[in-house]
Amino acid sequence: MNKVLRTLILVMLVALVLLFIYLPVAWLVISSISTRAELLSTPIHWIPQQPTLQNYLNIFFPSQGVSEVARTFRITLWNSFVVASSVTAITLVVGSLAAYALIRLRLPFSQTMLIGIMGTRMIPEISLVIPLYIFASRLRLLNTPTILIITYLSFALPFAIWLMAAFFDTIPIELEDAARVDGCSRLQTLARIILPISAPGLVSTGLFVFLTAWDEFFFALIFTSTVAAKTVPVAIAEFTGRYVVDVGSMMTGGVLAAIPPVLFSLIFQRYIVSGLTAGAVKG
Amino acid sequence: MVRKLTLRQHDALIGLFLILPSLIIILGISLQPILSTLYFSLFEASRGINTPQTFIGLGNYVTLLTDAVFWAAIGRTLYFTLVSVGLELVLGLAIAQLIHTQPPGWRFLRTSLIIPWAVPTIVNGTMWRWIYNADYGALNGLLLQLGLINKYIPWLTKPELAMNLVILADIWHSVPFIALILQAALATLPADLEEAAAVDGANALQRFLLIRLPLLRPAILVALVIRTVEAFRVFDIIYVITNGGPAFSTVTISYLTYLETFSFGHIGRGSALSFLISLFTLVMAFVYIRILYRPEEKL
Repeated sequence: MNKVLRTLILVMLVALVLLFIYLPVAWLVISSISTRAELLSTPIHWIPQQPTLQNYLNIFFPSQGVSEVARTFRITLWNSFVVASSVTAITLVVGSLAAYALIRLRLPFSQTMLIGIMGTRMIPEISLVIPLYIFASRLRLLNTPTILIITYLSFALPFAIWLMAAFFDTIPIELEDAARVDGCSRLQTLARIILPISAPGLVSTGLFVFLTAWDEFFFALIFTSTVAAKTVPVAIAEFTGRYVVDVGSMMTGGVLAAIPPVLFSLIFQRYIVSGLTAGAVKG
Repeated sequence: MVRKLTLRQHDALIGLFLILPSLIIILGISLQPILSTLYFSLFEASRGINTPQTFIGLGNYVTLLTDAVFWAAIGRTLYFTLVSVGLELVLGLAIAQLIHTQPPGWRFLRTSLIIPWAVPTIVNGTMWRWIYNADYGALNGLLLQLGLINKYIPWLTKPELAMNLVILADIWHSVPFIALILQAALATLPADLEEAAAVDGANALQRFLLIRLPLLRPAILVALVIRTVEAFRVFDIIYVITNGGPAFSTVTISYLTYLETFSFGHIGRGSALSFLISLFTLVMAFVYIRILYRPEEKL
């Protein structure tokens, strides 16, 4: 009896946590498929009586009369995608090479450099933004995806080096020694032995970098103001600022912005937990 | 011996070649800007980025440290950091513990935790802002139907409530992060210690406090430092939910820096503020590295 009671209490606690997780998400999704009239009704229609995909259609097939933010939202999705994948690709190549050198090649000061890299990763964006803004405006890079890709490297690259270093550190050195004895050069060893084994590390690092870049708001807010480079978080923030009444579009934008990171995270779930324990952080 | 030395030099050369691109990028977009920020903070420049500047030494810092607005922002930042990180740690530990006992549905719960963590910060903020909406929000609707309030409350217009509502949104986003880290750490703990303690007559609470918690200490510290650094620089979620209002009640130190720099054009003072934030972060980074590099504390 005691055991039954204990299980019952535990199940109720699980249910409570699940409610806290899913109720806000459910409301986000429900709001995105409700008509404006239903959203603005009192008492609240928890279940929409006339569910509609109109908000999604407005974003993907905009017609006349749709608000500007909704009309340009798919462009900002594309911008976010371009910026996040470029940052991911660059940091994976550049960062894993540096991480390998720091862990395996007996460079002077590698420990100090690793700690320094860790330190730069923690510098808040706001402490870099003024000089970077001046740099961007001198080179006429404001409002381009390029400036976002460059500035995102400031947090993404140290982060990737740190994570990849942790992964390289777990690969037994004997494996490399064996390859060296068989006549592989350093770079051949790296390409043929280390990189294939590190695939899980690369996936995990790539995932974290992509999510962080997709999430980034502050640099995008400061450096972009037109659809030429504006990213999804900036577009969503604009919904809240200017188009207070257009809640449906706002929530639809939110759902669309959340789908890629949530989907990736669920698919690569096991990499996330291992990455988190290796000291990874995302916003 | 000679051959070994040249191999070593060969390695160092390749190493340098591999690390150079990263070094250039980090020096160019992190180190150089932070030094520039320090440099700007020594000048009086209060009318935008391209205005004439006068060297005033530590003048900006003196102005800030004697300004009540600055200390109010520090106070709010500390409040946000202590309350949100404190609650997140307690709830995260509780949820990790819950998953560890493997009740029915624990796998689904563990997977579900990933969702709030993966939802972008701005989406999280927008979602809660809509939930808190005064006229049509779900919070009002729910509380009214449950009979807990008898008329709608304009939540975000109340200075004494706004910060706590931002904290609630932050908790939704960040508790899963801590729960996932701690749950992974719990799974690696040896079971025999606690079993031995149980045989010796230690009750569940004693086992938790005296064995499990000390073993979890490194994981807890890592989560704590990461979250503290993040919470201290909180900006995005405040920008979306309250815009610093009502009546400046949610203006944290990062938000104040943003206002000084980009709304008022006080480049010098903004630089001084952002450099102070960096200093704090540096201290926390030092703590973090000390934790990670103490081998006897590694699990």
